[in-house]
Amino acid sequence: MGVEGIGAKVLRKEDRRFITGRGRYVDDMSVPGMKYAAFVRSPHAHAKITGIDTSSAEGMPGVIGILNGQQLQGDGIGNLICGWAVSSKDGTPMKMGAWPALAVGTVRHVGQAVAIVVAETQLQARDAAEAVMVDYEELPVVTTAVDALKEGAPQLHPEAPGNLIFDWELGDKAATDAAFSKAAHVTKIHIHNNRLVPNPMEPRAALGHYDPAEDHYTCWTTSQNPHVARLVMSAFYNVAPEHKLRVIAPDVGGGFGSKIYIYPEEIVCLWASKRTGVPVKWTSDRSEAFLTDAHGRDHETDVELALDADNKILGLRVGTIANLGAYMSLFSSSVPTYLYATLLSGQYDIPAIHANVKTVYTNTVPVDAYRGAGRPEATYVVERTMETAARELGISPAEFRRKNFIRSFPHQTPVIMAYDAGDFDATLNAGMEAADVAGFEARREEAKSRGKLRGLGMSCYIEACGIAPSKAVGSLGAGVGLWESAEVRVNPVGTIEILTGSHSHGQGHETTFAQLVAERFGLPVDNVQIVHGDTDKVQFGMGTYGSRSGAVGMSAIVKALDKVEAKAKKIAAHVLEADEGDIVIENGEVKVAGTDKKLGWHEVCLGAYTAHNLPDGMEPGLKEGAFYDPTNFTFPAGCYICEVEVDPETGTTEIIQFVAADDFGRVINPMIVEGQVHGGLAQGIGQALLEGTHYDDAGQLLTASYMDYAMPRAWDLPNFKVSTNETLCPGNPLGMKGCGEAGAIGSPPAVINAITDAIGNNDLTMPATPEKVWKALNAVA
Amino acid sequence: MYETSYHRPTSLEEAANLATEKGDEAKYLSGGMTLIPTMKQRLAAPEALIDLRHVGELKGITVNGRSIRIGGGVTHAEVAMSDEIKSVCPGFASLAGLIGDPAVRHMGTVGGSVANFDPAADYPAALLALGGTIHTNKREIAADDFFLGLFETALEEGEIVTAVSFEAPDQCAYEKFRNPASRYAMCGVFVARRADGVKVGVTGAGSSGAFRWSDGEQALSSDFAPEAVDGLTVSEADMMGDIHGSSAYRANLVKVVTKRAVKKALSH
Amino acid sequence: MTDVTITVNGREMKGSVEDRTLLVQFLRGNLGLTGTHVGCDTSQCGACVVHVDGKAVKSCTMLAVQASGSSVTTIEGLASGADLHPVQAAFREHHGLQCGYCTPGMIMTAVDMIQRHGSSLDEETVREELDGNICRCTGYHNIVKAILSAAGASQPQSIAAE
Repeated sequence: MGVEGIGAKVLRKEDRRFITGRGRYVDDMSVPGMKYAAFVRSPHAHAKITGIDTSSAEGMPGVIGILNGQQLQGDGIGNLICGWAVSSKDGTPMKMGAWPALAVGTVRHVGQAVAIVVAETQLQARDAAEAVMVDYEELPVVTTAVDALKEGAPQLHPEAPGNLIFDWELGDKAATDAAFSKAAHVTKIHIHNNRLVPNPMEPRAALGHYDPAEDHYTCWTTSQNPHVARLVMSAFYNVAPEHKLRVIAPDVGGGFGSKIYIYPEEIVCLWASKRTGVPVKWTSDRSEAFLTDAHGRDHETDVELALDADNKILGLRVGTIANLGAYMSLFSSSVPTYLYATLLSGQYDIPAIHANVKTVYTNTVPVDAYRGAGRPEATYVVERTMETAARELGISPAEFRRKNFIRSFPHQTPVIMAYDAGDFDATLNAGMEAADVAGFEARREEAKSRGKLRGLGMSCYIEACGIAPSKAVGSLGAGVGLWESAEVRVNPVGTIEILTGSHSHGQGHETTFAQLVAERFGLPVDNVQIVHGDTDKVQFGMGTYGSRSGAVGMSAIVKALDKVEAKAKKIAAHVLEADEGDIVIENGEVKVAGTDKKLGWHEVCLGAYTAHNLPDGMEPGLKEGAFYDPTNFTFPAGCYICEVEVDPETGTTEIIQFVAADDFGRVINPMIVEGQVHGGLAQGIGQALLEGTHYDDAGQLLTASYMDYAMPRAWDLPNFKVSTNETLCPGNPLGMKGCGEAGAIGSPPAVINAITDAIGNNDLTMPATPEKVWKALNAVA
Repeated sequence: MYETSYHRPTSLEEAANLATEKGDEAKYLSGGMTLIPTMKQRLAAPEALIDLRHVGELKGITVNGRSIRIGGGVTHAEVAMSDEIKSVCPGFASLAGLIGDPAVRHMGTVGGSVANFDPAADYPAALLALGGTIHTNKREIAADDFFLGLFETALEEGEIVTAVSFEAPDQCAYEKFRNPASRYAMCGVFVARRADGVKVGVTGAGSSGAFRWSDGEQALSSDFAPEAVDGLTVSEADMMGDIHGSSAYRANLVKVVTKRAVKKALSH
Repeated sequence: MTDVTITVNGREMKGSVEDRTLLVQFLRGNLGLTGTHVGCDTSQCGACVVHVDGKAVKSCTMLAVQASGSSVTTIEGLASGADLHPVQAAFREHHGLQCGYCTPGMIMTAVDMIQRHGSSLDEETVREELDGNICRCTGYHNIVKAILSAAGASQPQSIAAE
């Protein structure tokens, strides 16, 4: 590697603007004539709208316009959709209820948008929104998926009788039943995977600007995938034709999945801009974010694991009920199915698996992908079950896992996935060594002498990312392909712009992507500019989620760089009168191998643009594009070991040590990769210890601000011990697997396994708040 | 936030006159650490705000022997960093250093906190345990008579907390168990020991705001040691219960946190 | 509307605001200083931290009229010219930021913390004093490291080994 090439710790190019307060987020944007929007939102979880009276609000200072769902539908704006079709096991298609961007007729969760007010100032818009009088006739409410499936439960959508969206299965039921009939031991456990609120620190925002002179729309929005937003808003929601709509996602302050989706607010701001004749900006406050950003997780699962007399796994049976909230968000159907059940084999050789998943409507905020999306839920199921089985059998959890590890690759699981590479012993060994598992019992004794309960828990996770092979996901119901595109524009002076369809909202693409150029041509990263987040600049792209920007996004860049390199070599060979095969590019020079004949990189680039001396028939210029479609998912895996100390008097858990030994394949920038792991761990530990939602019986979200939703603070977290092992992924040119979600996927079961080990009671749900731990302790005392 | 009008008096008299003039719809604004967030949520809508931060009479910390007087306008940060207070009553200074976060401590004031009497506010526990006095522009009120119930104090319309005062005890300490979300006290206990006995002030746990735990006081008065409260039970019926902690859990915390406060006091 | 005069980053700025205008709204809306962010509405996240008369405060919990006559430093005023403030430089050096949204408030809080504690800062104090600043990206590991480094304080053993 060069000093800035692959594997180098290069400080981030993007940092300067952020640390000096010059980042540009959507709410920082201003266009001439811009006005402000506030939404009128439902205070009820389930109600019929019997009237909307805007008369007094219309007369309030600064009010420009108030628009509702009838007008939206009248203008032909389409309903929001779920873009991944999943069918029930009997073949019936999923039952999608109508979701207009502004409610028409019925509201189904607290916070659903009913009308928009546009006014001169933000404060005036809010004042007027409060003065819009909406008459509601309240309807019965259901907030949990289990209750929603019960006979006589309140019904949300006429399209979905019994609130059931689909009843889906994966795997071989007969083979699984047969495996259980031979079992020497069966471990059973019920799993609750708590509903989370993603909470990127930048709240969502949208600025819609319709320009009547050009009949053109521009939308600045907090999006992880602006091209997808443009496609969906034009093709499905009929907001604007695709060629007349520019979507810009500038600096975006974190996403974690919640900014993948196209929400009612950006649709309505664009539409309202045309209707009112002014650019319209809306900025969510945190309270609105809690009530409208797609939530994550919310599964109830029963698991059974069948083992033979030698403690080898025979089969796994999983039944899950997933709460999708009041409406089907954009990718909501894929999360508890193809991103979940396909990972239920974990790191283990399991001959038979059967999973049944029911997805359900409730009067809660829609649920969709949140960091990890399905894979944390799968990992939690598998790793809590493995730990429980080991404890029941009285054997070492590490040895039990080791006994069942998959060791030969490729490995076809019974649940679609074909693991291409991995070395699970290596990460387990690395984790156990870093965590000094051998010394744990002595530390437990020492803690006991101080009146504290120490526990150790591990989690051996595997996940699938690099989402995703288009043909494969297409056959599973996805409405889009999941390739990525890139364009490499070499300027006449030799500097380079890379236009990518990936979107950076904290991941450091401006640095990591530039390192590919440093590696390839020996140019400094400062000579490379990464362009992303603007549909007018970047050809197309599928965006950033599912830890795909490395394995998929960078692979597209590599393919484009291949073409640039080939052309540059042709030009140099022609000028230097050498054989193309003898040309090498390094340290910013284009040389004939084994001679002193060479050109500067900039000379080749300038030559491409002056076109004075190009090979016959060659087009001038040096600019290449590529699309990359992966051939398989990638499979990051690792071993996480958590050591906790529980205060038995208060139930407080302190994380003494957290070890993460990951295998992400090739690491481009170790500093950035470690940072991704730290952040993922914080969110996973947050899920395990702190974060959770509570709805009351009326469907009011009680945990709707940081006063009640416990966000991890610095005080809650330890310093992390992270390391990586590189088993290269054979499926992409860089051998990368992806690192963005692993921390959030692998950590929750490690934490809960540690606490339950400490307290000697396995019956504990997330978040393991001090009170819950205290109660669980008292239950065994 | 609804519309409001802002006023900046520079004397107590001017402030009180403004309050009389504006009537019910006026509110004093001290550090604003509770009032402004409440107004932002549109849960409070005073038509007039009377800013007390520029009233000179509310400033200043005076320590005379073991007598401590802290002006109503003194910030939590000033209390926490006061060498004078630390030298005679370190437990009180350390309590101030546990309120909110550094930015909140730079703005929030003793007077504002006392007057607002949030059920999870920290000072009330200390003032109850210290047998403190709340001084207003009209009178002096003993802490026991001042804190009446949830957000309810003996303050009358327009009355301003000008200072709090107390005698430093022989030993004291504050222990705080935080709500994991808000970081306010889920249970905060201030213990103060004097020759004539021990007082225990508890905040965050009680269903009607901060209170004195008399059973604990009796037990600790005869034996100032953590184990002294072991045999006691705290009535769940008097405890607050919410999504963060049931009344049973809070009842347990009162005991546990008291023990830790005692331990801390003994180590000072 | 009330006229306010606030010295912002060394320059006297005048404006006319509704009394209910928050300091952060004045900085962002009237002055275009958009480096100060808003991440919550309950005064907890700290994305809006600025210095008022030399002390860290939450500009979302102070009215612009309250700040009239005061001196305010925002993230934009921290660096002198092209030279980064040592805390800014440390955040970059130690990868103490990802999406950058909480970063201005984090840095302003860190500068204030270091002013008060100097090189006697330790990990426990840093974590405690970050109680009013929420970061969703970094897990705080590198933020703690950056602050200790900028303070000239020693790193905890587990971090120093890196």
